[in-house]
Amino acid sequence: MLKTIGQYFLFHKDVFSRPPRRKLFWRQVFAEIWRLGMDSVPIVILLSVFMGAALTIQLHFGTDGQWIPDYTIGFVARQTIILEFSPTVISLILAGKVGSRISSEIGTMRVTEQIDALEVMGINPANYLVLPKVIACMFFHPILIMLSIGFAIGGGYVVGVASGMMSAFQYIYGLQFYFNPFDLFYALFKTVVFAYLITTISAFYGYFTQGGALEVGRASTKSAVQSCIMIITVNLVITQLLLG
Amino acid sequence: MISVKNLYKSFGERVVLHDISTDFKVGESNLIIGMSGSGKTVLMKCLVGLFKPESGQVLFNERDMVSMNEQEQSSIRQDIGMVFQGSALFDSLTVQENVIFPLDMYTNMSLGEKIERANFCLQRVNLENVNNLYPSEISGGMKKRVAIARAIANNPKYLFCDEPNSGLDPRTAAVIDELISEITKEYNITTIINTHDMNSVLQIGDNVAFIYQGNLWWRGDKHSICETDNPELLEFLNASELTKRLIK
Ligand SMILES: Nc1ncnc2c1ncn2[C@@H]1O[C@H](COP(=O)(O)OP(=O)(O)OP(=O)(O)O)[C@@H](O)[C@H]1O
Ligand SMILES: [Mg+2]
Repeated sequence: MLKTIGQYFLFHKDVFSRPPRRKLFWRQVFAEIWRLGMDSVPIVILLSVFMGAALTIQLHFGTDGQWIPDYTIGFVARQTIILEFSPTVISLILAGKVGSRISSEIGTMRVTEQIDALEVMGINPANYLVLPKVIACMFFHPILIMLSIGFAIGGGYVVGVASGMMSAFQYIYGLQFYFNPFDLFYALFKTVVFAYLITTISAFYGYFTQGGALEVGRASTKSAVQSCIMIITVNLVITQLLLG
Repeated sequence: MISVKNLYKSFGERVVLHDISTDFKVGESNLIIGMSGSGKTVLMKCLVGLFKPESGQVLFNERDMVSMNEQEQSSIRQDIGMVFQGSALFDSLTVQENVIFPLDMYTNMSLGEKIERANFCLQRVNLENVNNLYPSEISGGMKKRVAIARAIANNPKYLFCDEPNSGLDPRTAAVIDELISEITKEYNITTIINTHDMNSVLQIGDNVAFIYQGNLWWRGDKHSICETDNPELLEFLNASELTKRLIK
């Protein structure tokens, strides 16, 4: 356990060295944004719309018939989505999706000696393979989370207003009620930290895979689980520090 | 020239290489032969620094690969071309991109020049019309040949081939042997080849080392190997009907 943590931090030294070929590096970053980021757009949108819708319905039934104004629904939905649902829950989903993809890709390269081949060519494989993925995700996950916030709120609006639970005016008034831009900053900051955790942890498990297909599968499961645990833990710490 | 001095390598309790000392000469095809599991691949990986030996030296023109720092290692490795036993092609890249890869890393050629060089190397290993296929779309023998093309793309000074012609038909295997030997002499490089193919030994074995259970058991060349009286080597040679007849 301690050895693994030590190895994880040593791994950083290799990953965060300067890429020898700047142009090639940026080309890779864009390729990774395309492969890891764009690929996640549909699932993020789908999840967000449905979660936003479900959240609004639950809030409606929770407050119905009581002395609580309707706009509270918009207000609570906004807060929940920005503070917790989009940055944390979507990051957990991405830990499964992006994380297992990274670790199985790198793990396969390890067991088929592609990483050895890079090393023999005098290339630092950790830097060459991992850094573009880390940069790409730290840049693109915040965009995904903004999308998620937009679509979740939109999903809430559609079910709330279309089903006649409340008026459009009430929902929108609730959305704007006591809005603090710092909350958005907090959400995006969390997301960047989570993106860093997801990519480095899953790359780490992939990179040190030993054996064959079985171990690659095991590494990818392990990396998803570890990333999720770290996200939940770090979420608590960040929340306490920034909002507490 | 590459010299190995008193090399030991073990995995846990199991000693795989036992006090290996030998020279691999420049401009000659240096063959390492031995039975499956005798330690050929491990020896080659120790030479290029993928495995760290327990003790001993690997001298690339008097500079010790084992004890040098990462930067020095990386600078020597720019001159190394290696063909892995399992080819180790990058499966996210096409055949042509695989061959271009070392050129991307270490040269400032234009794209046109790189493609031209890649095509030249692919032609030398008898591969045509596969440039845009991915490694998963070509046969095992073709992968081997792409790996050879990639290894020679950037004019290496040291060429390491781990069983370059296993999985190839006899004719293609002979072409590959000839090609490697030709390149070795033409550019005066140091070439090391792991093999258990006796055809290769007899065709291009300028310098042959026989590894037996992790020990350097016998050294010679393609002529002296036919006159050997070393019992373990004879056993190895006699396993093949063809060489058995040849030696008798
Ligand atoms: N990474 C490793 N960990 C533990 N043992 C290993 C490792 N790699 C090789 N070995 C052991 O070292 C010995 C030599 O293996 P090596 O791969 O060098 O054989 P080889 O001569 O190349 O055989 P082949 O002709 O089948 O390729 C084998 O007994 C093998 O079990
Ligand atoms: Mg081998």
